[in-house]
Amino acid sequence: MREIIARYPKPRSALLPMLHLAQSEEGFVSPEGIAMCAEELGLTKAEVGAVATFYTMYRRRPAGEYHVGICTNTLCAVLGGDELMARAKEHLGIGNNETTPDGRVSLEHVECNAACDYAPVVMVNWEFFDDQTPESLRELLDGCLAGTPPAPTRGPSTLCTFKQASRVLAGFPDGRAGEGVQAGPATLAGLELAKQRGDSAPAMTTTTTTQSATSKDA
Amino acid sequence: MVFTPVLSRHWDDADSFTIDSYTRHDGYTALPRALAMEPDAVIALVKEAGLRGRGGAGFPTGMKWGFIPQGDEGQGAKPHYLVVNADESEPGTCKDTPFLMANPHALVEGVAIASYAIRSSFAVIYVRGEIVHVIRRLQQAVLDAYAAGHLGKDIHGSGFDLDVVVHSGSGAYICGEETALLDSLEGYRGQPRLRPPFPATHGLYASPTVVNNVESIASVPAIVLGGAQWFSSMGTEKSKGFTLYSLSGHVKNPGQYEAPLGITLRQLLDLSGGMREGHTLKFWTPGGSSTPLLTEEHLDVPLDYEGVAAAGSMLGTKALQCFDETTCVVRAVLRWTEFYAHESCGKCTPCREGTYWMVQVLQRLEAGTGTEEDIATLLDTCDNIFGRSFCALGDGATSPIVSGVQLFREEFLAHITGAGCPFDPVASTVFSTAGTPA
Repeated sequence: MREIIARYPKPRSALLPMLHLAQSEEGFVSPEGIAMCAEELGLTKAEVGAVATFYTMYRRRPAGEYHVGICTNTLCAVLGGDELMARAKEHLGIGNNETTPDGRVSLEHVECNAACDYAPVVMVNWEFFDDQTPESLRELLDGCLAGTPPAPTRGPSTLCTFKQASRVLAGFPDGRAGEGVQAGPATLAGLELAKQRGDSAPAMTTTTTTQSATSKDA
Repeated sequence: MVFTPVLSRHWDDADSFTIDSYTRHDGYTALPRALAMEPDAVIALVKEAGLRGRGGAGFPTGMKWGFIPQGDEGQGAKPHYLVVNADESEPGTCKDTPFLMANPHALVEGVAIASYAIRSSFAVIYVRGEIVHVIRRLQQAVLDAYAAGHLGKDIHGSGFDLDVVVHSGSGAYICGEETALLDSLEGYRGQPRLRPPFPATHGLYASPTVVNNVESIASVPAIVLGGAQWFSSMGTEKSKGFTLYSLSGHVKNPGQYEAPLGITLRQLLDLSGGMREGHTLKFWTPGGSSTPLLTEEHLDVPLDYEGVAAAGSMLGTKALQCFDETTCVVRAVLRWTEFYAHESCGKCTPCREGTYWMVQVLQRLEAGTGTEEDIATLLDTCDNIFGRSFCALGDGATSPIVSGVQLFREEFLAHITGAGCPFDPVASTVFSTAGTPA
């Protein structure tokens, strides 16, 4: 936790990453995790608790090893997210914000996850599973239940656990940035269309800058 | 030329996110060029280019930088900070996330140039926490930029020092509001601050701070390389340059389309393949759910700051969510309102209470147990939220409701007289094989 504090000009800025780190140890933010953050930062437990309860990513009960989030904001919901959420509840036998009895899978409906061009979107441990169908969701959930989840569509080559993902969020790289695709098909749709059409931005005339952009040496 | 890929031009390289790929495509050549200029000249260049904020508000970026007090006295003497808003959460908005996954270095180089211009030696990239792989790529990009001497001490022998931290948020839409973001970054609940004073003088740690969107900052290296005239040769009179349009919903080919500001949705749909087979456009958002809905009659509105405003909406984040005739507008509006109620930070009464009660009213309308008076109650509540809330979240919450009722009052009424929703939700899903309902 000291390593996190050292990144910032003022210690308290470290609180959010510290809470992610606490979550990476226990799978949720426990009273002990809150107490530890409070002690490191010289805050009261109430001050830390007030922050922890404000943010939805900090869980107050243990998350499953695989935390499944189904986007039910308008666009994903309309394109199939509502249907996927209903099927996930039925398949797992749990409700929103609940965890399977074996602790393997927890389920949550999530808000827009910034992948609307891949709707409907499902996140597992905050990795992208794009363009989901009832069939692909069933495979995904069965994989999670068996401890052998498929790889994310845009993410590392194997899915890490909720605790491992939380450690990355605390600012400790796991060395997996190079894995997975650079972009999915929708990300490249415009570029490919531009290339087909022969469209491009005007050429830069790199020798000239601008009248106002005077050089120090000038 | 309809499309002008600059930011996205080498995303189709399989290793586009690496420093090697970025360097191969002239990456990090703008930084030494900027460091050879006076910081004020860099600010003047961005002003002259006419770059405006790509996060939604459209405020001129160079002017924002120019507001930072410089010198040895008063606020100017305090440390200056650059904070990049990568908390992309506005419903429908999906441009910064794929951008950072494909090319985080464009942002890192922009951060270095912008920090130099405003004389900041500490910058933070505040990125939403729910996109772990994007965070990995950003972390790696920052590490690689340090190793290559683009960040750290005495960058390229210029005497300029800069440290950059990638900071993960924790799931709060409100933190996209710049002052709430700053409170969050200081380790507090993310609630907006009273303005003035503005972040330019009293931002992070009450010091002068620039808060800019990812796309705004990432556009800066290209401006340094191409020059102000080159940049402003694209776009319209007051909305200059290239930008990412995010097409989503019931369209054949959703995705990121980079074009000069001022393209129309008709052009984008015509060229990208249009709506899904056998269906027609019913309503769309120009820039996320906080921007009032538009319809087919607005297909030729130029998608720039002025054009969309003249049509009664806002350009916002250029998140073009397109819905076809199978979509129930009451359901769509209800869901967005549930989102705002969930994300309201609770600080001010109109937004906290208003969004909660509007969800109750919309739920009974959608369920067919509402009355005509409920529609009036909704509009009246919106009237009491809009302009009376602490920040723009409250204003945004009224947009789908007011525009939805304005454009589709008959459909709201049909829920009352028909005692329920007349739409089949299955028909609007992407995995429905059903055609247009009879």
